[in-house]
Amino acid sequence: MSQIAATIDPAENPLTPEGSGKLGMWIFLAGDAMSFGTLLAGYGAVRAGAVDWPVPQEVLGISLTAVMTFLLICSSLTMVKALSAIKNGDSKSMVNFLWLTVLGGVIFLGLQAYEWTHLINAGLGLTSNPHGNYLFGATFYAITGFHGAHVTGGVIYLTILAIRGMQGKYSEETSSSVEIAGLYWHFVDLVWILVFTFVYLI
Amino acid sequence: MSEASATVHTTHEQTFVSKYIISFDHKMIGKQFLMYGLIMLLLGGALALMVRWQLAYPEKPLPLIGASENYLENSEVTTFMDGLWDNWLSQDSDDQNWLTKRMPVGIITPAFYNALFTMHATIMVFFVVMPILVGAFGNFLIPLMIGTKDMAFPALNMLSFWVAVIAALIMMAGFFVPGGHAATGWTGYPPLSSDPTWTGVDWGQNLWCISLIVLGVSSLMGSINYITTILNMRAPGMTLMRMPLVIWSLFIVAILLLLALPVLTSALAMLVLDRLAGTTFFNIEGGGDPLLWQHLFWFFGHPEVYILILPAMGIASEIIPVFARKPIFGYKAMVYAMASLAFLGWIVWGHHMFQSGMNPTLGATFMISTMVIAVPSAIKTFNWLGTLWGGNIKFSIPMLNSIAFVSMFVIGGLSGIFMASNAVDIFIHDTYFIVAHIHYVVFGGSIFGIFAAVYYWFPKMFGRMMNNKFAHIHFWISIVAFNCTFFPMHILGVGGHMRRIYNPMQYEFLQNFEGMNIFITLSAFVLGFGQLIFLYNAFYSAFKGKKAEDNPWKANTLEWSAPTPPPHGNFLTPPTVYHGPYEYSVPDMEEDFLPQIEKR
Repeated sequence: MSQIAATIDPAENPLTPEGSGKLGMWIFLAGDAMSFGTLLAGYGAVRAGAVDWPVPQEVLGISLTAVMTFLLICSSLTMVKALSAIKNGDSKSMVNFLWLTVLGGVIFLGLQAYEWTHLINAGLGLTSNPHGNYLFGATFYAITGFHGAHVTGGVIYLTILAIRGMQGKYSEETSSSVEIAGLYWHFVDLVWILVFTFVYLI
Repeated sequence: MSEASATVHTTHEQTFVSKYIISFDHKMIGKQFLMYGLIMLLLGGALALMVRWQLAYPEKPLPLIGASENYLENSEVTTFMDGLWDNWLSQDSDDQNWLTKRMPVGIITPAFYNALFTMHATIMVFFVVMPILVGAFGNFLIPLMIGTKDMAFPALNMLSFWVAVIAALIMMAGFFVPGGHAATGWTGYPPLSSDPTWTGVDWGQNLWCISLIVLGVSSLMGSINYITTILNMRAPGMTLMRMPLVIWSLFIVAILLLLALPVLTSALAMLVLDRLAGTTFFNIEGGGDPLLWQHLFWFFGHPEVYILILPAMGIASEIIPVFARKPIFGYKAMVYAMASLAFLGWIVWGHHMFQSGMNPTLGATFMISTMVIAVPSAIKTFNWLGTLWGGNIKFSIPMLNSIAFVSMFVIGGLSGIFMASNAVDIFIHDTYFIVAHIHYVVFGGSIFGIFAAVYYWFPKMFGRMMNNKFAHIHFWISIVAFNCTFFPMHILGVGGHMRRIYNPMQYEFLQNFEGMNIFITLSAFVLGFGQLIFLYNAFYSAFKGKKAEDNPWKANTLEWSAPTPPPHGNFLTPPTVYHGPYEYSVPDMEEDFLPQIEKR
């Protein structure tokens, strides 16, 4: 397998000449966007058909979530810094920025766990909602849970990347692995902004 | 890469496991998918024959395994049977084994009948046609026909197959759980599917959902691989508009799979939450909406029917020019027609829901967008006819199956227009007319496409020719028995014969159809057992067939320039492409074909 990746044959106008991984990740993200899109569309449909949908801000509160959003955007920034570091051949500062990104993801997950615990204690469950429609809880946990699973996957992915970076596996020439991970992380960030808008703000 | 290093690349040691089981080679993975699909075809076919038996001879014991008539006339047995009918929902008696619970004295129970037609459709769609057309031929053909060594991500490719195997095992497990397998039809409409109390099916339905979610992951890995490989790894000179049409069709199908399957996966996740966690996404009492499932399912489901038919269209477009010895008529029109079919597939899902309750304006919109599909379909059909017109036609066995594909697809396509019409659909929806239509498209279309493809590429896959005599017998049995089986279903449907009913004889207005139902069933048995000839031929020829030459059909595309069977790494020297794939009977040339690797 590695042989095939290492000796790229001459090809007719490849879309991503530097390697197939980047194109593969873009395609994966297109499919994944459809999964999120379906959940959000389903959420929109049940909400539009409901008469007793609570005002999300009153149930969920947005100050904590605003902090979470800010944190995730900052972690995207450190991801960009990590990529630019390795493109300049600075493996050490790439590793530092990657750990910062991981830290951002972990704090995000911690805050989400805190938020969920708080809401569950307040009576909002998958099948219960003291403020009105039952599906409010179900859609909330399904969508934020699916996103949280993506953040968890991203944290594991970036941890592996950082450990391999510490072993000196990345250089200017092999920076595309970092770029591919970055694509995934920015996607998760972008999806969160949509989730924040549709589930918390509107 | 030089020829010497290519040889080194091909001869490195492989153990049995790395060659045949955990293989990273696209050709072996293609063969694995073919085997997988053919095994599931046997199972899916057997389920269909049991459904047909019940429709022709309702509540009569199955042949061979059932009890005899004399035994059934015994009064003790009659009492026992009456008791069973009274309690058929509570399948909890311990003194019965697997078979007697589902088929006491060989008679199919209503609950088992529901599971039979559900699983027939599920298996045929997800575990036969998709794995063979997309999994087997996608994997085998894409790298060979675009002139590269392997897929972009061979490890992902291997995983894609084994995840599909896990999905199949989960689906099979459903037959053995208490309560039986999913029994809601392959569309899984809630509330039937979301609440176990309606069907008595508990874990069968859960496993059905989980299996399809797992299969969605497999399919996602496959489509990432196909799209990346086609966009990044074409041989020098293989521009997009020089690609063979079957590669175009697989490319478009991969995009459809990528964008459609996640929709089903998310919808299934909601259904599983409804069943296991007690949420109410599809339950109207809890504020949910059963129609939401129908929208999501058909938003996936309509692109899905193009996933099933487009590769077969590509296969026919590949085979017809070879045996007509003519360039394909309207190559670009074929590409644009496939692309527009794929696009239109996204905006017509509502035509499956005309009777579910819909704003009439919306219904009319869906009717018009559906009828527009006739335009690209007609472009394709007339282009195939244009290719045949005036050609030097050789009725070889792949050609016969391709022509059967075109003819059956035309019948299936025309009956589709009836159902697209709002007004007509009120009358024929959920009748056997629908069953006739889907089988003309998926059996007459996709399965004949599969036959054509297996006969055509078998020499390249296994290095041996398939037996011609058996192939002809199989073809003529299939085409005749197929039409005898499915054509009368149009008449049943217009006569009001509902689909998915257990016993048509209990309705007075359907009793006249008994003879026709028996005729259909007998034809179905001929059709089903005819396929054994095909399977025998394939297995026999793979080991004992006549050795094949590198290019037995004198075709142009790149796979025929590779050795037979192609070694690991496919080509001895990396190919360069000089022109399109359909240069047959070029004037002023001695040979009537011009391989893509040869300069004009």
